[in-house]
Amino acid sequence: MSNSQDIEINEKQEFTITVYTENQIGLLNRIAIIFSRRKINIDSLNTSPSEIEHIHRFNIVINETEDVVRKLARQIEKQVEVLKVYFNTNEDIIWQEMALYKVPTDTIAELVSVERLLRENGARAVVIRKDYTVFETTGHREETDKLIEVLQPFGLIEFVRSARVAIIKSSDGFNRKLREFERREPGQDVIENEFLDAEKNVFSM
Amino acid sequence: MNTAQEDINTLTEPKKTISVSGSVALLEGLIAEGTDTIFGYPGGAIMPIYDAIYDYKDKLKHILVRHEQGGTHAGQGYARTSGKVGVVFATSGPGATNLVTGLADAQIDSTPMVCITGQVYAHLLGTDAFQETDVINITTPVTKWNYQITDANEIPAVLAKAFYIARSGRPGPVLIDITKNAQLQMFDFEGYTPCDHVRSYRPKPNVRKEYIEEAAALINKAKKPFILFGQGVSLGFAEQEFKAFVEKSGIPAAWTILGAGAIPTDHPLNVGMLGMHGNYGPNVQTNSCDVLIAIGMRFDDRVTGRLDKYAKQAKVIHLDIDPAEIDKNVKADVPVWGDCKETLPLLTALVEEKKHTEWLAEFRAFDKTEQEVVIQPELNPESGEMTMGEVINQLNILTKGEAIIVTDVGQHQMVACRYAKFNHTRSNITSGGLGTMGFGLPAAIGAKFGAPDRTVVAVIGDGGFQMTLQELGTIMQSGVDVKIMILNNRFLGMVRQWQQLFHEKRYSFVDITSPDFVKLADSYYIAGKRISEREDLVSSLEEMLNHKGSFLLEVMVAQEHNVFPMVPQGSSVSEIRLK
Repeated sequence: MSNSQDIEINEKQEFTITVYTENQIGLLNRIAIIFSRRKINIDSLNTSPSEIEHIHRFNIVINETEDVVRKLARQIEKQVEVLKVYFNTNEDIIWQEMALYKVPTDTIAELVSVERLLRENGARAVVIRKDYTVFETTGHREETDKLIEVLQPFGLIEFVRSARVAIIKSSDGFNRKLREFERREPGQDVIENEFLDAEKNVFSM
Repeated sequence: MNTAQEDINTLTEPKKTISVSGSVALLEGLIAEGTDTIFGYPGGAIMPIYDAIYDYKDKLKHILVRHEQGGTHAGQGYARTSGKVGVVFATSGPGATNLVTGLADAQIDSTPMVCITGQVYAHLLGTDAFQETDVINITTPVTKWNYQITDANEIPAVLAKAFYIARSGRPGPVLIDITKNAQLQMFDFEGYTPCDHVRSYRPKPNVRKEYIEEAAALINKAKKPFILFGQGVSLGFAEQEFKAFVEKSGIPAAWTILGAGAIPTDHPLNVGMLGMHGNYGPNVQTNSCDVLIAIGMRFDDRVTGRLDKYAKQAKVIHLDIDPAEIDKNVKADVPVWGDCKETLPLLTALVEEKKHTEWLAEFRAFDKTEQEVVIQPELNPESGEMTMGEVINQLNILTKGEAIIVTDVGQHQMVACRYAKFNHTRSNITSGGLGTMGFGLPAAIGAKFGAPDRTVVAVIGDGGFQMTLQELGTIMQSGVDVKIMILNNRFLGMVRQWQQLFHEKRYSFVDITSPDFVKLADSYYIAGKRISEREDLVSSLEEMLNHKGSFLLEVMVAQEHNVFPMVPQGSSVSEIRLK
């Protein structure tokens, strides 16, 4: 965390928790209850494949203090099917969310300004029908939120936003880490987390 | 035609498979894992397994409990005394939900267990079928791992994984839910292969030498080092390694209630019990030591009291196998991640041989005060009603610290943990983290099966006994030899104590009436006796201990007697009250 020194450890901020897991039924529940048990709300949750076949990747966004996030990360990593947990502030990651907006086609067609607004906001049309048009944008929360405000006066019919997906800037991927996991008897000299001592931003056993 | 068992006996050649049912494969797996005793209760959805076990009576002892909760506590008692994995069977629906309390208890106290539940046919899942319950999701928060099997082919590998997970690393309960069709299904069984590796699971973190070195340096510089040890020592089978560390370093060591017995009670460096009703010295000295060495313990709130006034002056070294415990409650200056069976010898090698004579004398001074103010009046009262402490003290004298003491939860538990003498590890069986009333009687049954050559005494209150007294039926039928000692104060004593101290003596629903326990025992063909006079105590305890088979001794003790010392909730450990 680049500016962790400046931020009080007990100050709440957005953290993205990245969890590498096996693909097993029920694991989502096991992870979710780690948050709900402590009455912590999950702001965003995404599950997807990872760079490695059969290994899944959760992205969980919560607003909490670093101290709480570190404890949560340890509890998640304790689950049998979880391989590894990383947690990062927004400065440490590249992240995107996707949003879809359904608006009446006639308004778009009649009002040139709408098209301009959409272009300015980086939206593109996914479907154009006689009765409605669906636009899509990807970006940060503020960007997708802004477009809601913009489209609201033009009769926004429906809006939906995806969970956050995030890439960790400093990560080398999970391949090498996985090989360590597959080794039956890891050597004494394997330091679990290569970032641990340097940056404090990743939890490791 | 050969029976399935005879067929399996021929399974010596590699890669030969035979067709067996899922149920038979399950039982073969249990035997391969060293299981000899199962605590269980049959029902509709687990009938195929019970049908199979009918042919395995010579290899697997099945103890029919009277309630599934009793089954789990018996499994816990068995696991805690034997060091093996407790195995419990229950059917679907209510059978499975009745396991929840025992699973939660085992989870918080790190007790290795494998619970097998029957489940409705796979095609009925989610249809609200008869006795269907979503046991996987119900038990997720209270298990280390759980899994639902819908195909018999999965049984051997999943069972192997279950045992491996239950007993490795920080142990814990595992539940396998097997649908009825999988129990019945015939499949090609290739024999049972134990599991020793799960890719995504690290049972223990790698030992980091630099932390061992840092810890040793701190210890060697310390003027007032203090060891706190928990159940991690015995869970890791590291009693010898621990003793060597304590003796070489000469550091006074105090225990959590689950740590009791890891070194003998009267070891010169054993300075007593920690926590809310622990000893005076260990609690006060926590806030005056300079280096605190926590070994296999998790800084439970009943141990630490008020956290912001806990050991703030000390450097904290925390040895634990579970990385999630480091910094959870108390920030560690040096985290020694790893299995203490590995880390303790490394640490012992680096610490200097010392005798902290003056520091130890400080503990003895606190002991002297506690002896005068609390212990002597409790253990040797000259008049008045009997105290719980004097009963435990007389029991110590007669058993010479050789017995396994199983307790329930409440005042008698604190008194038993404080005063019982343990010469051996795995002798204090109690519900620590969850505080489960009703634990005592069934756990004692399991404890005896886990350690058949030892005397097992269950110390139980009149309240807790009534929560699981149906397990007297299990004692009757199995013939297990358990000495039951009810310390009857006609109150839910611990709650009453709090109501007296913190709620202006507003005794709200704590006066509990009891049946005639001796007659009750008699109706289960268990010998019994009730005493209320001090002069009968020793002879009655002797009678109980010498009796062939189970015996219930009800001792009428003082009604409104309080357990002291006490660290009131919200107070610092150094604010411990002696009265």
